[in-house]
Amino acid sequence: METLRRVLRPEQIRELSLALIIFVAVAFFSTQIENYLSGRFFVRVSTSVAITIVLATAQTLVILTRNIDLSIGSIVGVAAYVTGQVLGANPELSPLAAITVALIIGAGLGLINGLLVAYGRVPAIIVTLGTLAIYRTWLIDYAGAKTITADSLPQWLVDLPRLNLFSSGELDIRGLFVLAVVIAVLIQLALNYLPWGRRLYAIGSNPEAARMAGLPAPRLVVSAYAICGALAGLAGFMFLARFGTITVTAGQGLELQAVAAAVVGGVSTAGGSGTLLGALLGAVLIDTLNQSLTRMPGVSEFWRDALLGLLILVAVATDYVLMQRLRRLWIVDQLKARAAPTPAPEEHHAP
Amino acid sequence: MRLSLKSLRSWEGLLLVILIAVVALNIALSPVYLGVGNFINLFQLSIEKIIVALIMAFVIINGEIDLSVASVMGFAACVVAVVHENNALPFAAAVALALVVGALAGLVQGYFVAHMGLPSLAVTLAGLIGFRGMARMLVEDRSIGDFPEWFNALGQKPLLGPIPLALLIFVGMAVIAVIVLQSAAFGRYVTVIGNNADVARYSGIDVKRVKLSLFVLSGLVAALAGVLLAARLGAVRASTGEGFELDIITMVLLGGVSIFGGSGSLVGVGLSILIILNMRNGLGLANVEANTQTGIIGALLILSVLVPNLVNGLRRARVGRAGHT
Repeated sequence: METLRRVLRPEQIRELSLALIIFVAVAFFSTQIENYLSGRFFVRVSTSVAITIVLATAQTLVILTRNIDLSIGSIVGVAAYVTGQVLGANPELSPLAAITVALIIGAGLGLINGLLVAYGRVPAIIVTLGTLAIYRTWLIDYAGAKTITADSLPQWLVDLPRLNLFSSGELDIRGLFVLAVVIAVLIQLALNYLPWGRRLYAIGSNPEAARMAGLPAPRLVVSAYAICGALAGLAGFMFLARFGTITVTAGQGLELQAVAAAVVGGVSTAGGSGTLLGALLGAVLIDTLNQSLTRMPGVSEFWRDALLGLLILVAVATDYVLMQRLRRLWIVDQLKARAAPTPAPEEHHAP
Repeated sequence: MRLSLKSLRSWEGLLLVILIAVVALNIALSPVYLGVGNFINLFQLSIEKIIVALIMAFVIINGEIDLSVASVMGFAACVVAVVHENNALPFAAAVALALVVGALAGLVQGYFVAHMGLPSLAVTLAGLIGFRGMARMLVEDRSIGDFPEWFNALGQKPLLGPIPLALLIFVGMAVIAVIVLQSAAFGRYVTVIGNNADVARYSGIDVKRVKLSLFVLSGLVAALAGVLLAARLGAVRASTGEGFELDIITMVLLGGVSIFGGSGSLVGVGLSILIILNMRNGLGLANVEANTQTGIIGALLILSVLVPNLVNGLRRARVGRAGHT
């Protein structure tokens, strides 16, 4: 235990415990629900979790800088609708071009958020509460009462959610799920190893010190928002592919789900702490519970949100208490480990 | 020019200018605007939100936030409806039960924030999802109405002269809120804690108790607003009040209350409430759709912080250049 504690950082213990909770939850549900551990159920969860992972990744980038983006649900809606409309009008458009359209729409809207936060010096929660309403209003006005329907979309897009990267027996690994995981992993690597990533953590954990150190905080915040927006645009594209039918309310409330996944995954809303692996596990846990509770006998679907709220509260509370204890223990261990090989210098110089 | 810059420096001054402009525009555009009926109507359509905005101002000045208010409103309304549906208690007792449930909801969240030190954003986000979920557990996908006649009348008919009950409650609460925030020790504590919780603790203020009481009050007031909403609408669904938290928070922040806590005045919040109500009313009379109104208010929220920032930035730049020559 002692050595284990020294090898693992507290954050890693948190991720392990989240994985354990997911494992326990799955084990529990498999005793309650018939046919639970089937390939079909995995496919269902992984299809819905793909979008949540992308959004949780997007939200985490912004939360790391001690900001928040409440507008991503609206960005998903705008990107899904406009991309669907573009594809409806130009069915010959290539998949890559369609994704680019969604990414550009998202990045543009995210850029507006970022500029207002970083250079307008307007608090993030005010900016994104405002743009949450503005982007949605624009969409409703723009769309009139028209809905994007699946039959106006090209066939490749309708088939995309069922595209398997890999398949054995009943178990299918969907392409979109793999895409979401790859994105989270790549961005986590960038956060760990690129100067840009380290600086995002730095400006979030201590903005004053980061400014003193000469970090270009405004530019970093803008980049976080722009990438967050682009990822929300990508999620909009995935939303379009998954549902086919897009109304003006598409994506409403997804911002809360993304914040919830990040927070359950241990990303601190005070900025500067948290990993995308945590956010990914948070997204998996939330979607697994969501999908499992709907199929649980004796639990009505109306109980889902109450249990979800309880889960978030328990996750945040235990996480907070555990982290404080672990971090204290870890620091003590580190100090001991460092102090042990060299005896205290005072003893040598004592006369 | 000098005058306008000076008034811009005070938030309330800026809000007053905006309010006068909006009212003047309304008078010019619509002949029915200047009537008592329209004026009562203007308040009545958002009365539950502005009641909650008063307590939300305290919570945000204290440096916290309560995202769960709209869900507590819906939950309380659903408690009244379900108790009434099953004839479990007399109706007045059902209302009392709903208020207790609201206070308990606040107590639970307040405990996690004040005593365990968790961020209120995360705790009340869980509350937003969880209490809405409990409303859904109670009412499922039904719509419950058929309330007693007196209850509906309280929500829909004038009580004193042309003034309905909810508006009276709002005015009474606003007076109490102003007195408490300006003159009572509790109000000072709220502001001091919002400025710097550590300093407040060292000066002997019971920070935990102040925070806990604010969350209990927030839950209680939200429940009251939920019951009033049920009375006004005459029917309750699980989704009653959904999304109100955004409008409520917008009212408070537009009123100049700092999202980081420690500063803000109820005069500002009152002015921002009047601006928002008059804008919605005027835009409604001018046949602008409700959706577009929401977008315009979102833009106003951002501009209300952005414009003074830009003006200050320009002024500082000019002073800086003048100093060098």
